[in-house]
Amino acid sequence: MTAGNRTVQTAPKFNIDTVEHAAGTPDVELPWAELGLKQNEFEEIVKLLGRRPTAAELAMYSVMWSEHCSYKSSKVHLRQFGEKLTDEMKKDMMVGIGENAGVTDLGDGWAVTFKVESHNHPSFVEPYQGAATGIGGIVRDIISMGARPVAVMDPLRFGAIDHPDTPRLVHGIVSGIGGYGNSLGLPNIGGEVVFDSVYQANPLVNALAVGVLRHEDLRLANASGVGNRVVLFGARTGGDGIGGASVLASESFDDSKPSKRPAVQVGDPFAEKVLIECCLELFKHSLVEGIQDLGAAGISCATSELASNGDGGMRVELTSVLLRDPTLTPGEILMSESQERMMAVVTPENVAEFEKVMEKWDVEFSWLGEVTDSGRLVITWDGETIVDVDPRTVAHEGPVYNRPFHRPEWLDDVQKDGFRASSAGKSLPASGEELKAAVLELMASPNMCDKSWVTRQYDSYVGGNTTLASPDDAGVVRVDDETGLGVAISTDANGRYAYLDPYAGAQLALAESYRNVATSGAVPMAVTDCLNFGSPEDPEVMWQFAEAVRGLADACQTLGIPVTGGNVSLYNQTGTTAIHPTPVVGVLGKFDDVARRTPSGWQQNADGQAVYLLGTTRDELDGSEFANLRGHLGGLPPKLDLEAEKTLGAIVINASRDGMVDSAHDLSEGGLAAALSEMVLRFGVGARVALDDLCERDGVDAFTALFSESQARAVVAVPRSEEVRFNDMANARQFPVLRLGVVDVLATSLEVQGLFELPIAELREAHEGTLPKYFG
Amino acid sequence: MSETPLIGDVGTAAGAALSGTPLSGARIGVVTFPGTLDDRDAARAVKLAGGTPVALWHADSELGDVDAVVLPGGFSYGDYLRAGAIARFAPLMSKITKAASGAASSNPLPVLGICNGFQILTEAHLLPGSMIKNDHLKFICRDQALRVENNRTAWTNQFEEGQEITVVLKNQDGQYVADEKTLDELEGEGRVAFRYVGWNPNGSRRGIAGITNAAGNVLGLMPHPEHAVEPGFGPLGADGHYSTDGLGFFASVLSQLVDAK
Repeated sequence: MTAGNRTVQTAPKFNIDTVEHAAGTPDVELPWAELGLKQNEFEEIVKLLGRRPTAAELAMYSVMWSEHCSYKSSKVHLRQFGEKLTDEMKKDMMVGIGENAGVTDLGDGWAVTFKVESHNHPSFVEPYQGAATGIGGIVRDIISMGARPVAVMDPLRFGAIDHPDTPRLVHGIVSGIGGYGNSLGLPNIGGEVVFDSVYQANPLVNALAVGVLRHEDLRLANASGVGNRVVLFGARTGGDGIGGASVLASESFDDSKPSKRPAVQVGDPFAEKVLIECCLELFKHSLVEGIQDLGAAGISCATSELASNGDGGMRVELTSVLLRDPTLTPGEILMSESQERMMAVVTPENVAEFEKVMEKWDVEFSWLGEVTDSGRLVITWDGETIVDVDPRTVAHEGPVYNRPFHRPEWLDDVQKDGFRASSAGKSLPASGEELKAAVLELMASPNMCDKSWVTRQYDSYVGGNTTLASPDDAGVVRVDDETGLGVAISTDANGRYAYLDPYAGAQLALAESYRNVATSGAVPMAVTDCLNFGSPEDPEVMWQFAEAVRGLADACQTLGIPVTGGNVSLYNQTGTTAIHPTPVVGVLGKFDDVARRTPSGWQQNADGQAVYLLGTTRDELDGSEFANLRGHLGGLPPKLDLEAEKTLGAIVINASRDGMVDSAHDLSEGGLAAALSEMVLRFGVGARVALDDLCERDGVDAFTALFSESQARAVVAVPRSEEVRFNDMANARQFPVLRLGVVDVLATSLEVQGLFELPIAELREAHEGTLPKYFG
Repeated sequence: MSETPLIGDVGTAAGAALSGTPLSGARIGVVTFPGTLDDRDAARAVKLAGGTPVALWHADSELGDVDAVVLPGGFSYGDYLRAGAIARFAPLMSKITKAASGAASSNPLPVLGICNGFQILTEAHLLPGSMIKNDHLKFICRDQALRVENNRTAWTNQFEEGQEITVVLKNQDGQYVADEKTLDELEGEGRVAFRYVGWNPNGSRRGIAGITNAAGNVLGLMPHPEHAVEPGFGPLGADGHYSTDGLGFFASVLSQLVDAK
């Protein structure tokens, strides 16, 4: 292996479109439309530069002004996440939206950074590499903050489980996530797997990563300090991941090379693992001033963002970039999305030490240029200037659209079509036998069935710090061996709820994620979101988006936890059919000591513990999993009560901290039926419960008690000795609490007294058989 | 440069509690190759068992002052070419191979190869056979029951023969294969150290999960004992409680080292 830029590269002789040449040839036709720019955007670039852009400049602007990089359609809405921040929400926020990932203070000098991102479109085209590089990209965002990545999670959405294309996507995406994540030594601690035909040609592959750092190791993406050196390190730059650039290549600048190149990046997890360790060593010895990963838009993004966030100027010689393919044009080099690359700013005094670390880890690097105070990003090719721009115009001052939106006309009819009144809601299970069959059907259904066919392909143990993982409500990892300090994370979204009401749907996603973190025993602290929607050019989709963002920002304010970062994925649609709006919301919580975490099922030593239900059950079946089983989607999602969520959260967190609960599970999709089944299955421990008191208190029938998806509820197991204290605590907060029954270690079933007795073995067989049946 | 620990380095609390005991004098090297993943876990396990972990770097030319060595799991060199095939040529590996095969002294170095470490040991010919892709072709991560078949090795002397223990299994290329003659020899000489209990999770010949060399100082094991050392952070045992059975491996070598001193 060759370390450093000692291999001499000869710059290929293209007909280079220099700034000077561009100024002298204003009338040259440029392929701006093929690169995805609109006419008004191209005209804006000409105005900003006072001349036509060079081919290289056009490449940079076209990728940086794309929807993916510029958030041009979503920006006007996303501002609310900043505008609605209160002082309470800012208290522990060290870095908010705008950097590679948000950072939250954990105390004791520790901080945590996390973010969720989409890799939807690449994963449909090439499932394995698309999903793999999704992990790679989000992990580099975490490293860029100066953190050690410690865990990943993957919220996934596929088309119908029995569609002929679904196995291709499930196999490819799951093995891609495993193949990359497992090789990095990052435990995969949770996520979601949902099947729904609305995601047919638009699977959602979201990837979340979390990292931890000491406060002093925090790094930001800025290039400060005139004279500091700019270095590119990691993998070489190749032709992969160049989307529109193939168009450039076939233009008149050079026509002697092959055109179409793969638009999906190819990942090398080994290179990334080495890059992680190498970066951590750089941070440990304080050898970099600023750092930025290379993701979407590659060098275009890294140089323009580093320069505009720092002293404002940078000079870069592009022929110094180490290439995998020596025939790449300057434009292609600027746009390439080759993986496993980082760019850093290093003081001249640290250059030698920096090179030593690179050599230790056998990482290739090349010095590209330096920080200047010119206010310009100047890129040369063999000494000739091919880019001379104000970096802010590339990175931050792109176009902003206030796209038209309106409430869909069809929504009224959909909202009027509630489940009860529909034909699907007519003959519902009522007898014990019917209810038992319904519970089995629910727990074997694609969305509620056991997901270990997926999660067994992920390493959840590596690092030795995982103490809860799928199927628990939240993934929990220890941060500090000595104190037990740790974090919990959950991601949630219910596309059906958001379809019925996007404002409420986004809030319900947040509420569920918050509830999951709280039931694990952690105090919720921060939010990340991945907003997956259809085309912003459709005013109805744009309305869904605007409503979801407004809802999420409002709910964050009520719960007092900030959005610290996230991602928007638009154009998830085929023709005029968009996916359900799917705002995936991740909540991060903190444990002072993870030894106090609460698992989501009754444990072997829990015999005789009392089973309690917290919260109120209403007739809320619209948009539910049960309605979904009957092929119905209409009405209004369950009522949201954020104050109740806060109170419930406080109760389960305090109960966990004071040893009043030994297991806790939130109620969400599938309602009480799913929660009780999952608690029994978790450790194979049975229970006896009765629904009579619940039905009487809340005025519902047994079917509703089991399948309603009313919010702000949880089931907990309370040791006998703690029952009085636990009841007192709930009563003092005027929160509904009801004893349902007892945990029975000797029982081999879930018994709902007077209705049915469901053997654990039968439940397990139904629950675990579904995914193997479809995917082998 | 200050020698503050890297983020994620194991703290000193567990080790400090045991310092001064005879065991803490035993120094167990943990080798890091590029792509190694479970080195911090292995170091933590050594510490929790009462020993002193010593970080070793693959490119080091000397083994230094260590009493035993762990080759931890991971994907050294990305498993490119073949799992373990490149790592075996690391400068430190030639030292380990020499010390473990007893060529240097009559007291051969105890070496535990876990997962990728087992693959490296077979590539280095310290153990026979090799590992191929799991028969079901998927990566698998699960709580795994094992039966102790040989408790007379440096790494298994704290177990009972026939005892069933639970550790973590996680691998892509975990199917142990060898020709029939070699397998018969391993069985005949009692060198099959561990077998999978119940379902064979990767198609390994004769359900073999771990083997030892003739001297009993080198143990190769596909599952991961270093992930079953702390209640709350590892697999669930057959009784539904968290298993810390992995500690037995490290306690075994520490016990042998103390006895030898």
